[in-house]
Amino acid sequence: MATVGTPPAGKGKVNRIGLASQEYRGTKTTLCAGCGHNAISERIIHACFEMGIDPDRVVKLSGIGCSSKSPAYFLGSAHGFNAVHGRMPSVGTGAMLANRRLVAVGVSGDGDTGAIGIGQFVHLMRRNLPIIYIIEDNGCYGLTKGQFSPTADLGSTLKTGVVNDLPPIDTCALAIELGASFVARSFSGDKKQLSAVLKAALSHRGTAMLDVLSPCVTFNDHEGSTKSYAYAKSHDDPLGELDFVPYFEEIDVDYEPGTTHEVSLHDGSTLYLTKLAEDYDPRNKLQAMSVLQETRSRGTFATGLIYVEPTKPDFIEMLNLVDEPLAFLPQERVRPPEPVLEAIMDDLR
Amino acid sequence: MAPEVAVQEAPSQPTTRRIVNDFSIQVATVNGSGSQTANLVLLRSIFRMGIPVSGKNLFPSNIAGLPTWYTIRANRDGYIARKQDIDFLVAMNAQTAQEDVVSLGPGAAVVYDEPLNLATLRDDLTFYPVPFDKLVAGVCRDAKLRRLVRNMIYDGVLASLLKIDRAEMERALEKQLGRKPKAVALNREALDVGFAYAEQHFEKRDPYLVEPMDATAGQVLIDGNAAAAIGAMMAGVTVVTWYPITPSSSLCETLIDYLRQHRIDKDSGKATFAVVQAEDEIAAIGMAIGAGWAGARSMTSTSGPGVSLMSEFAGLGHYAEVPAVIFDVQRVGPSTGLPTRTAQGDVLSTAFLSHGDTRHMMLFPSSVEECYTMAIEAFDLAERFQTPVFVMTDLDLGMNTWMSQPFRYPEKPLDRGKVLDAETLDRIGKFGRYRDVDGDGIPYRSVPGDSMPAYFCRGSGHNEWAQYSERPDDYRKNIDRLRSKLETARNWLPAPVVTINRKASIGVIAYGTTHWAVVESRDQLVNEEDVQTSYYRVCAYPFRDALTSFVERHDRVYVIEQNRDAQMLSLMKLDLAPELAGRLRSVLHYSGHPIDARTITESILIQEGYRVETTRAEPSDVPQSAGVGGE
Repeated sequence: MATVGTPPAGKGKVNRIGLASQEYRGTKTTLCAGCGHNAISERIIHACFEMGIDPDRVVKLSGIGCSSKSPAYFLGSAHGFNAVHGRMPSVGTGAMLANRRLVAVGVSGDGDTGAIGIGQFVHLMRRNLPIIYIIEDNGCYGLTKGQFSPTADLGSTLKTGVVNDLPPIDTCALAIELGASFVARSFSGDKKQLSAVLKAALSHRGTAMLDVLSPCVTFNDHEGSTKSYAYAKSHDDPLGELDFVPYFEEIDVDYEPGTTHEVSLHDGSTLYLTKLAEDYDPRNKLQAMSVLQETRSRGTFATGLIYVEPTKPDFIEMLNLVDEPLAFLPQERVRPPEPVLEAIMDDLR
Repeated sequence: MAPEVAVQEAPSQPTTRRIVNDFSIQVATVNGSGSQTANLVLLRSIFRMGIPVSGKNLFPSNIAGLPTWYTIRANRDGYIARKQDIDFLVAMNAQTAQEDVVSLGPGAAVVYDEPLNLATLRDDLTFYPVPFDKLVAGVCRDAKLRRLVRNMIYDGVLASLLKIDRAEMERALEKQLGRKPKAVALNREALDVGFAYAEQHFEKRDPYLVEPMDATAGQVLIDGNAAAAIGAMMAGVTVVTWYPITPSSSLCETLIDYLRQHRIDKDSGKATFAVVQAEDEIAAIGMAIGAGWAGARSMTSTSGPGVSLMSEFAGLGHYAEVPAVIFDVQRVGPSTGLPTRTAQGDVLSTAFLSHGDTRHMMLFPSSVEECYTMAIEAFDLAERFQTPVFVMTDLDLGMNTWMSQPFRYPEKPLDRGKVLDAETLDRIGKFGRYRDVDGDGIPYRSVPGDSMPAYFCRGSGHNEWAQYSERPDDYRKNIDRLRSKLETARNWLPAPVVTINRKASIGVIAYGTTHWAVVESRDQLVNEEDVQTSYYRVCAYPFRDALTSFVERHDRVYVIEQNRDAQMLSLMKLDLAPELAGRLRSVLHYSGHPIDARTITESILIQEGYRVETTRAEPSDVPQSAGVGGE
């Protein structure tokens, strides 16, 4: 990977901080052609470009697996840390403690999160750390050739015909229950929705947990799989249209009164959600939990913004840290003066 | 101040024999009965009379109900290691009293709770029965408080019997209970009652006495965990992530207290540190590594079972070259193991913690003062060498009370290591995260958010530009550089403390808390058998070259350590030429109790061919006669 992001000559359209979309790209992907993860990387590039995110402030974090390779394929000029299997949350937490000004984008998979990493996932959600936590969810272990993961649906089959007989972990329900303040589910094949969700997540302060169905074209795209592209497309059950208006743009949407919910996000951006027949409000935790149950019992999966609590205090805020990044505090602010040590010694005599 | 040893008399008679400032007191109580205050008051008052002391708490893995023993050793010559023999027993625990009395050596004295009726057990001891319940009832009406105050009565009794300065005892009590005037008054009354009872009822029939000295002036009393905590704060730690585990919990807990007092920004009222109690040790080190990568001075503290869990991240830290400081307060493990017993059992596993060719830096503090200085050094080393650094203390050092010269304010500024800046970037041209620009194996690093060129951080599969690579030449080049970085580190790490005795043909090597027993044992060897020794105290791993020359100088070298398998000796064999490795022998102690001088002396004498009548030791204290790696 290039270590210095050199702007390409004659760059075309630039964003609000003067960067071309090219500058949000990473190295060439090494994932399979057609992999849903690549589509998600494209959406991340697009969302960061449009939101004018400064790559210098971004840290990309991941665990192990196909999904966790993908941070190399976007935002090449940002720092990245490919950590150990299932333990990205702790590395992300440490990084945010060191520098509260960072924008943390974590990419995990369904095995990395739901199996080996479920412990750290659970505690990350509890803490409401400011991080975007994306699960690229294909229901299987791609990098070790297609074993079931804990998000595989009951009755789903492997290519070899093996049937999954354990119930799936619903990472969205779990995240809501545990205290994540922004929980969404989307589909790598739904560009418009995924873009809106990602931009809204970038505008949120707190844990934004995004479970993105991302079919594995090599090991889990066959008939009998409930995580195939065709199955996902036909069972996607959107909770209405999402319209994201960033804080730096004029609001020019015009909805019939009573037809939308308007959610104000941390940075001043707004998310408009068209109401469906059922009046779904993502600020209602009970409704969020029940819509997940209902759609599951119908055999579909609800997508869109499932739950949001825009003003919930995040973990960094709760620690009452100084405004400057701890990492850059000078010696005089972190080493107490000599009289402090003398007083401590005096007290021990 | 030499002991005046008179004619041995029957202990039931008043004695004229006097043993001054050289004895150990053991207080046997029930865990959770609030004896800690009474024990610390006793320790501090002897210390304030100028006599060298140490206090060791032998406690069970239990909150309340099981037996616990607190041992105070007072020694005019400054020997503060554990001593096998108990000279003065305070028997407060019905459960263990009989066994405690039976295991005493002849001539010892026993203060005991009268209803325990111990005086009939032995006729070669001096007994002082005290009706604690009756006495405490007169002091304290509240039955709930009686349990706590009761212990202070034995302090009063001991003040009378041992001639401890009562004014010092009262000052020590005030220090212990400072902000609770009611508790001070109540406890002072208990002291007085105990003292008065002893004065009225007992004739001194044991030889043990305290007399003022001037050997502790200006010194402090502190445990190693608190000392390490002060060091970490003075090192400018900014991120502390931890998971509770005995015996390391008090390190972070004390650190939190100090940070809250001294590291809150005066203007904003906000913290210049972050502390997170993680969900487990894996997360604790993961956070420390994440914070170290992002430029913080980060640390965690744990013990053996936690170190095992940290293994994969420690390896990642080594290969990805991320600074972090890990305090390992060693104990007996795994699982529950003996969580409240000490050991030096993590040496070998920590040196190579994780897979591949991982090799970690370790520091070995011997004293509370070194817990402080090495804590500071560890943060500098971690950032200088961009790697996890382990500070290897143990339960004996971490949780017991030691005297020490006051800690000195650090003279050296923080060493943040090779962090890339614009000027350096100009000089080196192009940034390669893992490029050895200066020929010392240490590359430059950038930190997220510092506006310097970024890199993608991952395990071992990368070239010097931090690009993913599986090429054989890239892998080899990188891990060869990691080795050269460790070579550079050898001479940066704390130097061994070497005492060469020109008359000695044998050497001893020790590290950590074993040091204190070695100091005493070397004197015993000279005084009793005229066996001269040189001494090499290891302070860090990887070893310095001085190790080779030390072994070369001596025919036989005894490596003394508190584990079964001679872990430090094994590490040394990897570094030494085979003919030198053959000179190494072992003295091993692994009972869960701190090592004592007699164990070492006997083991060395036996291995040197002397006829030794072994002491009345606990079975596991029997010296190891077979040396590992003998000729």
